[in-house]
Amino acid sequence: MSYAVSFSAKRMNHPASSARHRRVGRLRARNPAYLFAFLLIVFFLSSLLSAQDWVKTGTSLGVEKVRLAVPDFKASTGDPQNSALLKTFNDTLWNDLDVSGVVELVSKSFYPLQTPGQPPEVNFTAWNAPPPDAGMLAFGNLGVASGRVTVNGWLYDAKNIQSPQVLGKQYSDVATDAAARVIAHRFADEIIFRLGGGIQGIAETSIYFVSDRSGHKEIWAMDYDGANQRQITHLGSIALSPRISPDGSRIAFSGLTKTSWEIMMYSLDINRLVSFPHFGGTNASPAWSADGTKLAFSSSRTGAPEICITDVSGAGFHCLTNSRGPDVGPVWNRKTNAQIAFVSGRTGLPQIYTMEADGTNQQRMTDQGYAVSPNWSPNGQFLTFAWVRKYGPGEPGASDLYLMDIASKQWVQLTHDGGRNDYPAWSPDGRHIVFQSNRSGNLQIWMMLADGSKVQQLTFNGRNSQPNWSWK
Amino acid sequence: MKQQRIKWFALVVTLGAMMMLGACKKKAAPAPPPPPPPPPPAPTASISVSPSSIQAGQSASLTWQTSNATDVTIDGIGAVQPNGSQSVSPTDSTTYHLTAKGAGGTQEATARLTVTQPPPPPPPAPTVTDEELFSQNVKDIYFDYDKSDIRADQQGSMQADAQFLNQHANINLTIEGHCDERGSTEYNIALGDKRANAVKDALVAAGVSASRIKTISYGKERPFCTESNEACWQQNRRGHFVYQK
Repeated sequence: MSYAVSFSAKRMNHPASSARHRRVGRLRARNPAYLFAFLLIVFFLSSLLSAQDWVKTGTSLGVEKVRLAVPDFKASTGDPQNSALLKTFNDTLWNDLDVSGVVELVSKSFYPLQTPGQPPEVNFTAWNAPPPDAGMLAFGNLGVASGRVTVNGWLYDAKNIQSPQVLGKQYSDVATDAAARVIAHRFADEIIFRLGGGIQGIAETSIYFVSDRSGHKEIWAMDYDGANQRQITHLGSIALSPRISPDGSRIAFSGLTKTSWEIMMYSLDINRLVSFPHFGGTNASPAWSADGTKLAFSSSRTGAPEICITDVSGAGFHCLTNSRGPDVGPVWNRKTNAQIAFVSGRTGLPQIYTMEADGTNQQRMTDQGYAVSPNWSPNGQFLTFAWVRKYGPGEPGASDLYLMDIASKQWVQLTHDGGRNDYPAWSPDGRHIVFQSNRSGNLQIWMMLADGSKVQQLTFNGRNSQPNWSWK
Repeated sequence: MKQQRIKWFALVVTLGAMMMLGACKKKAAPAPPPPPPPPPPAPTASISVSPSSIQAGQSASLTWQTSNATDVTIDGIGAVQPNGSQSVSPTDSTTYHLTAKGAGGTQEATARLTVTQPPPPPPPAPTVTDEELFSQNVKDIYFDYDKSDIRADQQGSMQADAQFLNQHANINLTIEGHCDERGSTEYNIALGDKRANAVKDALVAAGVSASRIKTISYGKERPFCTESNEACWQQNRRGHFVYQK
């Protein structure tokens, strides 16, 4: 898996965004040295701005996207169950490809009247010339027989008539709606893997979050597209800050007991809480190391909320900070496993800091406002976080999401659509960010591409917050 | 008229003469018997109870005196000395009936002791409990936005709280740290912890034993007030005292 940061990438195919979003971060110009640096950066950036709108996340976002046509799959048997499963399959496949960020779906209104259900039915010239002008064509069929559903899917290079097949897959499972959904996800990921630079798709990933729809804040899970929302914990008090382990087997979160906030551990293998020591005081916002062997969290065991570490069994407790904080919200560099970003109020309003995983080299990354909830990109080079840049009386600033290049501390604003936006979390492919926002009136989970486009609401019931994306 | 007076006079004289004559005849009657011996003196008796009214479970003193009695009994008690006293504690109102018998007769006396039932179980909290005193006297401490230091206008409350707690060393308490709705859930959990501990530290510095004090942060999870304005936010930025049973 390779990532490449592309600061000089081609202009994104995103016509509505150009002028409004042409905002690039700057450091404060407080003294001549800063001013000089600032001018240098402005010069540097202005040369880039002619070519781009965004800091690119480097994971094939921002390159020219292939035009992919996806006519609805056809029924291959006469079973009455076909139509319901076809609808689920076609909707799921379309959505997966649409939000993937690596293809441009050709609008169905451009499609020819005759669409293929299998290879001999493909009329290349009807697809590879305008109006569809498709570079790629995904098609196939679905049929139920004897209680099992079988799906055949192909991906064709529409402009390579001699040897068009890029992909041909067959899937079979029990004929259920859930199985049709999973098959669509798998086929979508196969396409995305091939058209998206060899990066695994996210169609089978999960998102963990906090919901109060049961009457208490509990940990919930859902598929990445909002399907299959299900309750995980039943504490009956308050559960916050779910963090899924890198291997996907456990959720660490903070739960309220009668006397304290404690780090709690839920096993998805045996579907119940497993033991983790209680430290007393306030223990909150756990984070997994990239290798899954350690947990970092905020603990006031030593007096004030500091960033502390244990191994996954809770042994070896020690703290990395000693600022009398409040220090909270640690997150490991997922690529190197060698740094931790966190939030500290040591100078007043909370700011983003980074440090080595042993606590040395603590550096402040933001210089003003109210900055919280850092989340480290899978390629290790970016932080996304929530920031009210101008905070205080008479400054009705909104909490928006930002992306910062760690090496240069340059940042761009990702959300512009109002509401209070917080808790951004990266998808494993580095192309998506899930977050919470009250832009629709109450607190819900939303998803977008990491450049701020393709914003989509995932939850609608109750109030939902603090999403965390599975690592694979 | 004169003739009538004369008739009355003659009649009276005649009758008087007849009576004189008769009396002379009785001188021959026998001598009267000797006077009988004086009768034995009648007994006397008195009985009293003091106090005359008690509550059930209390006792009263029963006192009696008799004279000229050889056989003194009190109903319900039995034979007693001619003079005496005894403590009694009946559960119901009782009339003590004393009978003194002697050669001179029988004399009775009574005394009534009224027993009232005690008032039903100790009157519900006629005295102020520690918990009520606590809620009346201990004042919450309010904070500035994003701050966890005790600000100047809260020092008075802080000192009064410490004084009360030092005077009531049996009371244990929990300090809850609360935050307003703005900002991050996680950061506010940490900030609430700082606030609760700032209040605890101030109490400990004023001499309250740390072992009596627990702290917990509720961040912005359990607000006192849910409107989005500064008055409401100030209500929610506080260290809240809770009596620990």
